[in-house]
Amino acid sequence: MDFGFCLSPSSHVQMDKIDLATFNRLKETNPDINTCIACGSCTATCTAGNFTEMSFRRILLMLQRGKEDEAKKMIQRCMLCGKCTLVCPRGINIRKILLDITR
Amino acid sequence: MKIFDPFVLPFVLGMAFVLTYCFVGLIKVILQLPKDDRKKFLRSLVTPKTAWANIRDLFGDCLFHVKIWKRNPILGYMHSAIAFGWFMIIVIGHVMLFTLKPLQGVEIEGFARTFTNFYYPIFFKYFAEEGKIFGFLMDFFLLMIISGILIAVVKKIHSKIVGVKRVTKFGFADNMIRFALWTIFPFRLIAEKTNIYAFWWLYSIDLLIFMCMLPFTRYMHIPTEALFILLRHAGLNAREPRKGYALAQIYSCPSCGLCIDACPMSVNDKNSGNTSAYFMKKLRNGDTEEAKRIAETCLMCGKCVKVCPVSIESCDIKFSQRAETPYYVNSDHSYLDVILTEAQRSGEISSNNNKVLYFAGCMTQLTPKIMRAMKKIMESAGEEFQFLDENGGICCGRPMILSGKTAEAQAMIAKNTELIKKSGAKKLVLSCPICYKVFKDEYHLEGVEILHHTQYINELIKTGKLKVNKGDVNYVYHDPCELGRAFEIYDEPREVLEKAGNLRKAKSEKELSICCGGSLGSFNLTQKERDEITCNSVADLMFNNPDEIVTACPLCLKTFARKAPVAVKDIAEVVSSQL
Repeated sequence: MDFGFCLSPSSHVQMDKIDLATFNRLKETNPDINTCIACGSCTATCTAGNFTEMSFRRILLMLQRGKEDEAKKMIQRCMLCGKCTLVCPRGINIRKILLDITR
Repeated sequence: MKIFDPFVLPFVLGMAFVLTYCFVGLIKVILQLPKDDRKKFLRSLVTPKTAWANIRDLFGDCLFHVKIWKRNPILGYMHSAIAFGWFMIIVIGHVMLFTLKPLQGVEIEGFARTFTNFYYPIFFKYFAEEGKIFGFLMDFFLLMIISGILIAVVKKIHSKIVGVKRVTKFGFADNMIRFALWTIFPFRLIAEKTNIYAFWWLYSIDLLIFMCMLPFTRYMHIPTEALFILLRHAGLNAREPRKGYALAQIYSCPSCGLCIDACPMSVNDKNSGNTSAYFMKKLRNGDTEEAKRIAETCLMCGKCVKVCPVSIESCDIKFSQRAETPYYVNSDHSYLDVILTEAQRSGEISSNNNKVLYFAGCMTQLTPKIMRAMKKIMESAGEEFQFLDENGGICCGRPMILSGKTAEAQAMIAKNTELIKKSGAKKLVLSCPICYKVFKDEYHLEGVEILHHTQYINELIKTGKLKVNKGDVNYVYHDPCELGRAFEIYDEPREVLEKAGNLRKAKSEKELSICCGGSLGSFNLTQKERDEITCNSVADLMFNNPDEIVTACPLCLKTFARKAPVAVKDIAEVVSSQL
């Protein structure tokens, strides 16, 4: 029956069952992601984020939650312009991480 | 008098090997060229303009080494003494051959005569008398070579004496062939002067070692450079990192290491291994993994290309190397379709062709003071203008191209082209050299004049539209890589700054300016490594104690601002404050 509204699907993540292979590999090659404070500067300046929901902060969160496919879908929007890297207060090489996720 | 001795055989063997190898290599390079490039190459050989350039550079670069002389006269003499001296000895040897007809009374014909001609000039003194004039010339050039070798030995022991800080580190093969080269000429001198039979053998065996190792070491640049000059003048582009044109460049690299001192990354000794000399070496040795890593670490500032005495376009090869790394994301930039121009957004469709269109670009969006300054300048000059991306624009596509994803960049290029064409403007002003580079190279904007704001402001001042009051601040100007080295826009910003204040010189200027360290070209450099480069560049700019550092690139501005001891400003800010 269609009520014109619905409950949102569960966003429950079972941390024991997810596959963190990509995130762990990323942590090894780019240890600087451990220093991320999720301030959102990258998201605020993102050129693609101006038009879409692209957000590096969320991409990192998705990978930590094992949602690799969603993260990769979001990266499709990226223009690699590098503003995120430039504004990061922790000096994280975000552009390299974005490229590494896709490899 | 004899006409043959067994000691000539090692030389003949070595020479035959080198000639065969070079011939096969030549065919290989030409076959590997893409079809249209091969046509272009063959056509360039008969086009008068390129043919003249070929002849000029074959003499200038291969024979007289003009570019090394310009860069460092001591190294110029060292290289010329050895290479030009050796060349002259061979030439004089052949000239003397003509004076000996028939060979010492022994009449030989046909193949035997050709065979004799092959080795005779190399061992002339053993077989015949040189005569007074030729004898003097031979001794003169031989001593010239040995003087060059002496400088080379000094350079090997302590390179700073000849003005070189860092030299390329060589492996076993390169060291051994160098030793062989250094000993060839003393052996010859001793053999000629004392006529001790054993030294003729040593001389010949040395030549054999040199020639057998030549194809596998850096000395392959001797024969390859000639081919490379021809290919370069044909206007080709390296499309694959190890094939065709790129292969000719790889073998033309003499690993001289002039790029090592020039490279901004060399400020950290650990990173001096990431310079072009090593990149080409890795490619030559087939070490693809390392070549890939170096290609992705490079800042792409282009300084190595400018200082290279062979003019190897290493940045282009790095681009093609980057393109080989797959990008497992199907870029989806379809969201760009809905973006409208400012005019469309505000509902007014302007058909005024006189207006100036201003495209700030991503980096300028991060430094809004440049946008404000540009607005003030254009208003006070009474220009009719429009912003293309005041409320957020899209990337120009250059960063994608820098990552080797040229195909993925097309979506952005197409959208920006559409927006600019729709606006109807005939003049496009950009604030960011990164954008400027891609707009000039990749965009097809026929009928639209593309200007960087340094050029535009200079034009406004020259036409009298803009009045600038001269202040008494001492400025130093930093040349952004993509404005200076890429397009040689050196004078316009300096003319503008001289109107606004006093211009002081940096230690390294124009084509030798040091990258700010913020370049989008590099992927692997960490923030710490970038900071080292920035500090080095700032120290270079502060050489004459200026009051302010001025640049023309928003990325340089942001990078310098973190480390500079004085204020860092964009040229537009300087001008707008002096109106």
